[in-house]
Amino acid sequence: MDLYEYQAKDLFAAHGVPVLPGRTVDTASDAEAAAGEIGGAVVVKAQVKTGGRGKAGGVKLAKDPAEAREKAEAILGLDIKGHVVHRVLVTEASDIAEEYYFSFLLDRSNRTFLAMCSAEGGMEIEELAVERPEALARVPIDAITGVDKAKAQEIVSQGNLPDAVADEAADVIVKLWDTFVGEDATLVEVNPLVRDPQDRVIALDGKVTLDENADFRHEAHAALVDERTENPLEAKAKAKGLNYVKLDDGQVGIIGNGAGLVMSTLDVVAYAGEAHGGMKPANFLDIGGGASAEVMAAGLDVILGDDDVRSVFVNVFGGITACDAVANGIVEALKILGDDATKPLVVRLDGNNVEEGRRILAEANHPLVTVVGTMDDAAAKAAELAAKAGA
Amino acid sequence: MSIFLNENSKVIVQGLTGSEGMKHGRKMLAAGTQLVGGVNARKAGTQVDVDGTSVNVYGGVEEAMKETGADVSVIFVPPKFAKDAVVEAVDAGIGLAVVITEGIPVHDSAWFWAHACANGNRTRIIGPNCPGIISPGKSLAGIIPANISGPGKMGLVSKSGTLTYQMMYELRDIGFSTGIGIGGDPIIGTTHIDALEAFQNDPETEAIVMIGEIGGDAEERAADYIKANVTKPVVGYVAGFTAPEGKTMGHAGAIVSGSAGTAQAKKEALEAAGVKVGKTPTETADLARSLVS
Repeated sequence: MDLYEYQAKDLFAAHGVPVLPGRTVDTASDAEAAAGEIGGAVVVKAQVKTGGRGKAGGVKLAKDPAEAREKAEAILGLDIKGHVVHRVLVTEASDIAEEYYFSFLLDRSNRTFLAMCSAEGGMEIEELAVERPEALARVPIDAITGVDKAKAQEIVSQGNLPDAVADEAADVIVKLWDTFVGEDATLVEVNPLVRDPQDRVIALDGKVTLDENADFRHEAHAALVDERTENPLEAKAKAKGLNYVKLDDGQVGIIGNGAGLVMSTLDVVAYAGEAHGGMKPANFLDIGGGASAEVMAAGLDVILGDDDVRSVFVNVFGGITACDAVANGIVEALKILGDDATKPLVVRLDGNNVEEGRRILAEANHPLVTVVGTMDDAAAKAAELAAKAGA
Repeated sequence: MSIFLNENSKVIVQGLTGSEGMKHGRKMLAAGTQLVGGVNARKAGTQVDVDGTSVNVYGGVEEAMKETGADVSVIFVPPKFAKDAVVEAVDAGIGLAVVITEGIPVHDSAWFWAHACANGNRTRIIGPNCPGIISPGKSLAGIIPANISGPGKMGLVSKSGTLTYQMMYELRDIGFSTGIGIGGDPIIGTTHIDALEAFQNDPETEAIVMIGEIGGDAEERAADYIKANVTKPVVGYVAGFTAPEGKTMGHAGAIVSGSAGTAQAKKEALEAAGVKVGKTPTETADLARSLVS
């Protein structure tokens, strides 16, 4: 889960990383009040989970509370790369002497963690990595020994941070490591990490990604989920415990078992859709190995509630759960949904007990269900039905 | 032959007494696996009945190895306890630890991987979040349905469980030396490259099917490896062409970030290494069939 800047900085502060005082508000009048409380000049920053806020006009300096209100009015409601701004962070305006870059992240290739550090912060790090890779230090971190002061000093030195702030920067890095490990993050990025005129080192921005697999040991993380910006279908699926992702511009609803098979199903549908007016998959939904009637019904319920969906492709490989059980699940699910089931279903079953599974579906003879033998043919049928429904 | 697992492998299950452990313990026995014990510290000294076969439960992996000569452990324990279970298997020096458990925090996986490295990599780890490994007709260590395909001359390595099953089923007319699901987590113990190397060295394997998915650069690295080291024919499949940027597709590791980890880049890298890449699983199976017949 990606966090907003203000959430990331709250975690930083909880682990002792220096941040500037600020308040998060969702109206312009609250922004004015917040600026008054903070005093002096403030920065009003759009809270969206995407980069390039500054360029998009989402970060503005305000010299007094009245101007903070004005800037907040302009920023709230702004669309930044498809993310609508619902909230702004009003924070003390700082004097910046220098800007650095720092992050901890997962290094998948080397199966460990990586610290990245550079004296050239502020800009897009992807650009820096391409244009001046030598300016960006990459220091592997052992997951067991972690980052102590000595390791942090090594990182600071490889990143070429100036001597005047080396010691303080190392302290900040140790605290960022505490955040990274203590919160089970897969990314902690500070860009920029700044030096102020008094040589203090401050995290001026923050980007944190949390590992949802670790939620069982972080009860507090549940409160960081922002339901307002969640897609309503995704929120509904999540409440039912389903692994669902809504896709834009699709017409064919997808249900399958196993992440890889479902991903593959999306591709096969998009490929087949080329011959049917460019029909595309409308969602990712993995109902897992079990594929019980209840889970199937819950999945169908979410997908049939998606107005974009014109046909549904149920693609199940009967491995551990055999096809007859899956077929019974589909039949039962359609009974549970009754009149709510309104869109054509193309079902492809393969694997264990496939004959029995197909026999069960044939016997049920549900008017909405078409059984197709192979994945490729079923994808074509689903795309064809979607195209027809839209015609 | 086969890779990593054969008819002589002696398998224990960490978490045998749990519901998943029992369910799949049964299926492993039925698949011909020499299931020699279970591990559960709280039930040490007891026996469990696995479909009429009495299996001893030991207090720890080390004890189970001493008593039974076990060289493979299959780990079914819940995510919370998985790190300790893998560390225990590594400390006992077992040859192969197959971690089925889904949902292990990546900091825990990073930790047990670092621990295995610090111990000289005596233990091959497969997974986590994987379906395990099967050498059809010989042994199964994991949850791969044993009856969807038989022994034969294809080798299969895949990030995805159900695509492993799908591909083994599609190619059941040819059969497999070994099929291995390496898992879709960001940090895994056995990589595509490890499996490719082993298949290249296995005289029974004539051709290799490699299944990848979006996220990371494992497929690109495998492509480089194939170009330099693999002389046997390889066909590939990559899932996730339609996955949008920034959305995790089921597996914790299946995410496109910026320009990194796209299916297109992986396909191109594999093709540049001479690997034929199918557009769909069925087309991939047809390509594989054409290589061995």
